Amino acid sequence: MDRLSNVLTLFSLGLIVAVLGSLRRAHIRVEYSVSWLAAGVAMLILSRSQALMRWLARMIGVGDPPLALILAVLVVFLLVFYRFSVTVSTLKDANIALAQRVAILEYHLRSQHESRQA
Amino acid sequence: MTEDGKRLMIIVPALNEEGSVGNVVREIQQAVPGTPVLVIDDCSADSTAAVARAAGARVLSLPHHLGLGGCVQAGYRLAFELGFDYVIRLDGDGQHDPRDIPRIYEALRESGVQMVIGSRFVDGPQEFTSLARSWGIRFFRAMLRPILGRTVQDPTSGYVGVNREALALFSRSFPLEYPEIEALVVLQRRAFRFREVACRMRPRQSGRSTITAAKSLYYIIHVLLGVFVNILKFERHRWRR
Repeated sequence: MDRLSNVLTLFSLGLIVAVLGSLRRAHIRVEYSVSWLAAGVAMLILSRSQALMRWLARMIGVGDPPLALILAVLVVFLLVFYRFSVTVSTLKDANIALAQRVAILEYHLRSQHESRQA
Repeated sequence: MTEDGKRLMIIVPALNEEGSVGNVVREIQQAVPGTPVLVIDDCSADSTAAVARAAGARVLSLPHHLGLGGCVQAGYRLAFELGFDYVIRLDGDGQHDPRDIPRIYEALRESGVQMVIGSRFVDGPQEFTSLARSWGIRFFRAMLRPILGRTVQDPTSGYVGVNREALALFSRSFPLEYPEIEALVVLQRRAFRFREVACRMRPRQSGRSTITAAKSLYYIIHVLLGVFVNILKFERHRWRR
């Protein structure tokens, strides 16, 4: 239990440091870092609070607190991934519309250029 | 432009079809002389755009690969903005015979339906349909029957003509990955009508199909999900009204 909590603490600290580092270097935008930072902080708190972990295990009906911890981590990451899937889908739609618009504008420019030359 | 003042455009989505697109464009020009042909180049790695242009087509070059739906929709958008009344789409690999364009065009104008599908099964099955594809078509035909309330013989056909009403709709909203079957559901849910006319299909003029067993499975799952989502979307709109 202690070892698992320690590993999780290190992992969440690593995640928080990595996200903050990426933010500083502008590799990740602030709005997309919030989910990861929230996930990292949630994991950190859970891994350092035995009472909270036991309460969580009781709440979700799991006898084993470490299992509850793993389940909680899984749920947090699933939520983050889901949020990013929504974001990626929105961006893809916008990207397709933009690419089509660029192609159409280029087509009009080329037509104008050709008609001027003619 | 036709005698009734309506304007037709032929659109040809193409990806790496330099071996066939030139012939396709020339055949279209023979079948419907004077009709503008727009080749939509989905960011080919070969000289598809140059070959199409040399053959006399207008070319809409996409800045990056969008997939079939995005590519076709770009053509619909341009045709709609340019004020065309009818658009007929056929593939750049030469499988669709351009000599059938007048038949589709006539059906569009005479029947008043919003979409006409060039079908390889109206006059019985054709020899160029593979066994796997033939089973896939049967599966989708059976699946679509209760949804559309009728049988569509060739729901996966990419040889389609649309009038301006459908063009307006598709230029705003068009299924982006495997569009043919989903487009039928989109039309039906908006009470648009469509019909099928017999068309000839031929073997590819060049290149080879990229469809594999894994892709076929993905195609089936994707289309089923797309159809389901379209039904849900429409039902939600109707319920809100």
